[in-house]
Amino acid sequence: MKKLTTVVLIGSMIVSLLSGCGASQDSAESVPKTGEVLTVFNYSEYLDPDMLDKFTTETGIEIKYEEATTPEELYTKYKSGGISYDLICTSDYMCKRLIDEGEAQPIDFSAMKYTPNINKKFWDFNKAIDPSGTYALPYFWGTIGILYDTTKVSGDIDSWDVLFNGDYAGEIIMQDSMRDTFMITLKYLGYSLNTTDESQIREAAELLKKQKPDVEAYLVDEARDEVVAGNATMAVVYSGEAFLGHLYNPDLEYVVPKEGSNVWIDSWLMTKNCTDTEAAQKFLDFLCRPDVAMANFEFIYYSTPNDAVINQMDDELKNDPAIIPSDDATSVCEVCTTTDSATTDLYNELWKELKAQ
Amino acid sequence: MTGKTLGKIYIALILLFLYAPIAVLIVLSFNASRSRVVWGGFTLQWYTSLVENSSIMGALWTTFGLAFASALISSVIGLLGAIGIYSMRRRGYQIMLFATNIPMINADIVTGIALLLWFVRFLPLGFTSVLLAHVTFNLPYVILCILPKLRDMDIYQYEAALDLGAGELYAFIRILMPQILPGVLSGFLMAITMSMDDFVITYFTKGAGVNTLSTLIYGEIRKGIKPEMYALSTVLFFIVLLLLILVNLPYDRLFGKIDTTRRDL
Amino acid sequence: MNRSRSRLLGVPYIIWVIGFTVIPIFFIITKAITDSNGSLTISNLTAIFDQLHRKALIMSVELAFISTVLCIILSYPVALILRSSHIRRKNIILFILILPMWMNFILRILAMQMIISNNGIINHVLKLMGMEPLKLINTPGAIILGMVYDYLPYMLLPVLNSILSIPEDIIEAAKDLGSDRMHVLTRIILPLSLGGVGSGVTMVLIPSMTEFVIANILGGGKIQLLGNIIEQEFTVSMNWNLGSGLSVTLMAFVLITSFIFGRHKEETAAGLAL
Repeated sequence: MKKLTTVVLIGSMIVSLLSGCGASQDSAESVPKTGEVLTVFNYSEYLDPDMLDKFTTETGIEIKYEEATTPEELYTKYKSGGISYDLICTSDYMCKRLIDEGEAQPIDFSAMKYTPNINKKFWDFNKAIDPSGTYALPYFWGTIGILYDTTKVSGDIDSWDVLFNGDYAGEIIMQDSMRDTFMITLKYLGYSLNTTDESQIREAAELLKKQKPDVEAYLVDEARDEVVAGNATMAVVYSGEAFLGHLYNPDLEYVVPKEGSNVWIDSWLMTKNCTDTEAAQKFLDFLCRPDVAMANFEFIYYSTPNDAVINQMDDELKNDPAIIPSDDATSVCEVCTTTDSATTDLYNELWKELKAQ
Repeated sequence: MTGKTLGKIYIALILLFLYAPIAVLIVLSFNASRSRVVWGGFTLQWYTSLVENSSIMGALWTTFGLAFASALISSVIGLLGAIGIYSMRRRGYQIMLFATNIPMINADIVTGIALLLWFVRFLPLGFTSVLLAHVTFNLPYVILCILPKLRDMDIYQYEAALDLGAGELYAFIRILMPQILPGVLSGFLMAITMSMDDFVITYFTKGAGVNTLSTLIYGEIRKGIKPEMYALSTVLFFIVLLLLILVNLPYDRLFGKIDTTRRDL
Repeated sequence: MNRSRSRLLGVPYIIWVIGFTVIPIFFIITKAITDSNGSLTISNLTAIFDQLHRKALIMSVELAFISTVLCIILSYPVALILRSSHIRRKNIILFILILPMWMNFILRILAMQMIISNNGIINHVLKLMGMEPLKLINTPGAIILGMVYDYLPYMLLPVLNSILSIPEDIIEAAKDLGSDRMHVLTRIILPLSLGGVGSGVTMVLIPSMTEFVIANILGGGKIQLLGNIIEQEFTVSMNWNLGSGLSVTLMAFVLITSFIFGRHKEETAAGLAL
């Protein structure tokens, strides 16, 4: 009896295996597979997976998609060499680091059809990290601020102070991302977030250590959902989270504190290891296409540098400061640039100490 | 209250502890609202979006494929290995037994990292690397399921068959194999289970775009609530329940098997 | 059976062991005793005694120890109660107790997370009853809860197995000779069950000492266990030498612990096999 059931089990597994292979076939409309494969590395929840399928259906090029949650994780996974990535999307200062280390290949933007959709403002923006303008393709941008539940707070939330003064102990979620957490603390203390002054960085670290007992959790992507679910009153999040947060829970609001914050831009790089540059450029071009860019925008609601998308937006969205940060908000924000290795090592050490405390 | 009733209450509490979370998952999978605490009406939408979600489905097939393939490979190598070990002299036997135990005693994280460091040198990470890793940690279970059966084997029947003129291979297949087959099957099933439930080793040795259910769920948890996950849990729970009922129908034999194994060791 | 010929059958396995067990360990040890420039150093191995890591190590051992003890305390009564109840139902109850073990463990932790969240099910019910919500998640307690929840079936199985298979005759004999229930428990059942408890401890203590997943999901990034630190050295800090050093010290620690407890997973593995 047991042998029979086991054989039946094995048999059904074989069947399910075979049907699994069949299930991955494309519809009749799709272009046959060319055998080309692109390995793409991006932040999690940052690209509509349907768009990946769409790309494969239209071009026959397969995409192997890998995700990371922070720039440091991305950098480490990339550098460890276990996987050969073709395209990487990462944050400004990490892009600069990779470009400076020679990890990126120039992209022929002139050969691409849809890149003119990206507003010139952002190409200029990227000059800080990519002076020649040949390596980085702007993807999404935004600010960092506080997402909070209006029903649970008293008074105005317009300063980083609320995170540190103990009023909301146990109700705060901080970012589990080294630079972001230090950045906002430095801004709160009145320093530049690009400072290399050790005493200033240590001061920020001390403040963070003092704050830790009040912090409910250090999270990245889950932060928004935790506030939505009512598990915390406020969280440090990227501006893109604000719209969805408000959508899921209308009591939530987003603010960029008056001390200033970080304005960031995430861009695509083509790695030096990429051999099939034509396929890679096809993909990047695909991302800038109005319908695709719109789909990605609607997947995550982050601020898009793509004019074609902005033009297609409802007025309500266009005027929402979470979707398109106002100039007032961005004027008090700094761009994060890379730091020398000594400072990075200092950050690493202090971050480890903070987490281990 | 009698001692017996107290006892039953205690067991009920333990069962509650074990199953309440699972029950919660099942109930939430039908919840129309994304909320974890507010019931928003009954819906099957999460189940339909589950099936339509290509990354979840992909991970599902990867998990099954990985489990099946690694179980198959490790059963074959393991069977041959177990016979080889069994036939060794004392020194070799003890060394091999120790080596076999290493992946089981070692923490997952150390095995995973060790394999990662080794693979990075000559193999790009991908499905193959995970498969090799899975075979590596499945082998000990297979061998340790088969060895006791080899020890219990009735060698005299085999020799009698030889005396009566049977060829070696024929005698082996007709007389000895049936005696060790339960061990081989147990090993195979153990391997499938271990493979399907593994997270840490897969996490370190997988390549881009390769995801098993465990790594996918872990990634999804870090991103935020996805009600499709609840639907997935419910489906998996019932599959496991069904499988276990099927395979365990002659369940009272379990005690007998465990008993003999214990006394042997 | 021709001995030397059947010995040859073991060759593919021996090659596999050398290739995928021995060599990787060799590599991790090499990485552990060198630094990023390739020169020999023992700083990675002694790193576990640094203040930073010491704290994580102590916490990991503490939490693992508490979880293991809790598992034993919870399992023992189950075994005793089942032992003295009807025979018919025993199998089914055993089956139900073991079933969660077969479910994907990450999903089980997700379920736990939902229940103990600040606005999760427990707190929601408490609020409805007008009581103060409890701070459950993102604490060391949450991690212990998660570990006990995850590993309880692994302790239940060997403990149940060993206690349930104590022959009734021995108990009868003891009673005939005048033992009361306490005596039977401490002098007979306890010693005979130690084997099962030992297996259970091996299945629970060592994995829980090296956990990082549960700490990540239920600890809110605030609680760093040794497993977390090692994981981060590999995925975030890019210090593979340090990560390897810590792993090797961990491996040594684990080997010593399993020798102390003397039980091999062999027994439980065979026991788990249906």
